[in-house]
Amino acid sequence: MNWGDPMISLTSPTKTKAHGWPAGAKLAALCVSTVALFYVQNAAIHAVIFVGILTLYALPGRAFFMAGLRALRLLWPFIVVVAIWHLWTGEVALGAAVILRMMSAVALANLVTMTTLLSDMIDVVRTITRPLTRFGLRPNILELAIALVIRLTPVLVEKGSLLSQSWRARSCRPSGWRIILPFTVLALDDADQVAEALRARGGFDALKEN
Amino acid sequence: MEKNVALIALFAALIAALGLIPKVTLGFGVPITAQSLGVMLCGTILGSKRGGLAVLLFLLIVAIGVPLLSGGRGGLGVFASPSAGFLIGWPVAAFVTGLIVEKWRGAPLMIVAGIASVIGGIVVMYAFGIVGMSIALEKSLIEAAGLTTAFIPGDLLKAGIAGMLTAALAKARPASVLSRADAV
Repeated sequence: MNWGDPMISLTSPTKTKAHGWPAGAKLAALCVSTVALFYVQNAAIHAVIFVGILTLYALPGRAFFMAGLRALRLLWPFIVVVAIWHLWTGEVALGAAVILRMMSAVALANLVTMTTLLSDMIDVVRTITRPLTRFGLRPNILELAIALVIRLTPVLVEKGSLLSQSWRARSCRPSGWRIILPFTVLALDDADQVAEALRARGGFDALKEN
Repeated sequence: MEKNVALIALFAALIAALGLIPKVTLGFGVPITAQSLGVMLCGTILGSKRGGLAVLLFLLIVAIGVPLLSGGRGGLGVFASPSAGFLIGWPVAAFVTGLIVEKWRGAPLMIVAGIASVIGGIVVMYAFGIVGMSIALEKSLIEAAGLTTAFIPGDLLKAGIAGMLTAALAKARPASVLSRADAV
């Protein structure tokens, strides 16, 4: 088993003007435009929209454009299935509209992710979860949990690759799913230690309320 | 409280780490990832509430732009893709799986956890996934269901593994199977 390295964030290193725009406004615009995409049925209009989105991707330069196209690649199985389906049934215009709309929706959403810093997104999460305080959710605990996951994922991955190395040192058979049991136990032990460490620092009561 | 948050965070990180295990390809060319096994384990081990919250936390972090889904996917785009329904179904899947393990005490844990994973991780998750695909691809529910059948054998396999892993964990460290223990 080879364990890959997780990347840090999907925000584009190419700085664009949109990086400075308020994240909440970008997300609201994304919601509105995605809903609007589903009201358009005409393939020609969808083609124009998609070309327009590609133009947005092209504005910040070649590196940004290529990164955007790479992110769309995960749609290829759906594109192939829909294309074959509609060539078979003969509804080519409908098939084209479905494929173009799917690509536009994902491309628009990726555009927001690529131009928004993680910290700005977390600010939005803080704002939209504020009403949930009344149901007992404490926003600063949520933020701490987000930070814990981002920090602990590479730690767990590191431990997982050590586990699979020790398996390989002792067996010539692949570890397969068996390794997931000790791996789960590792996560449970880490949770114990993290909880103790949090409590030793005063626990959640020591967190300042914003 | 600290313990519950630590467990939720660690299991969210566990789902992420399982996404980095290379895909296994089944005999007929369908790739399966260990990530949805992580969703089932969240339910069978952590129980309904903590399991569901762990998956929800994982998805929130994916949505704000950390590429933790298998294959290095992440960001808002995955929630706009035709398979978004499956992701939206994940927390519900973990919740239902956990609820069944919590309530059904009459059979051996391996059987209970396995069946709970089938109901939560396959029936519930596919219900969400199929609705999502039928909307995105403009297909009827039956047609969308047909498009997903290729993935069912892999998920049945994962449900079996989830059952075995949960039973093995209960044997080795009974206190760790929190879906069966009292609240921490």
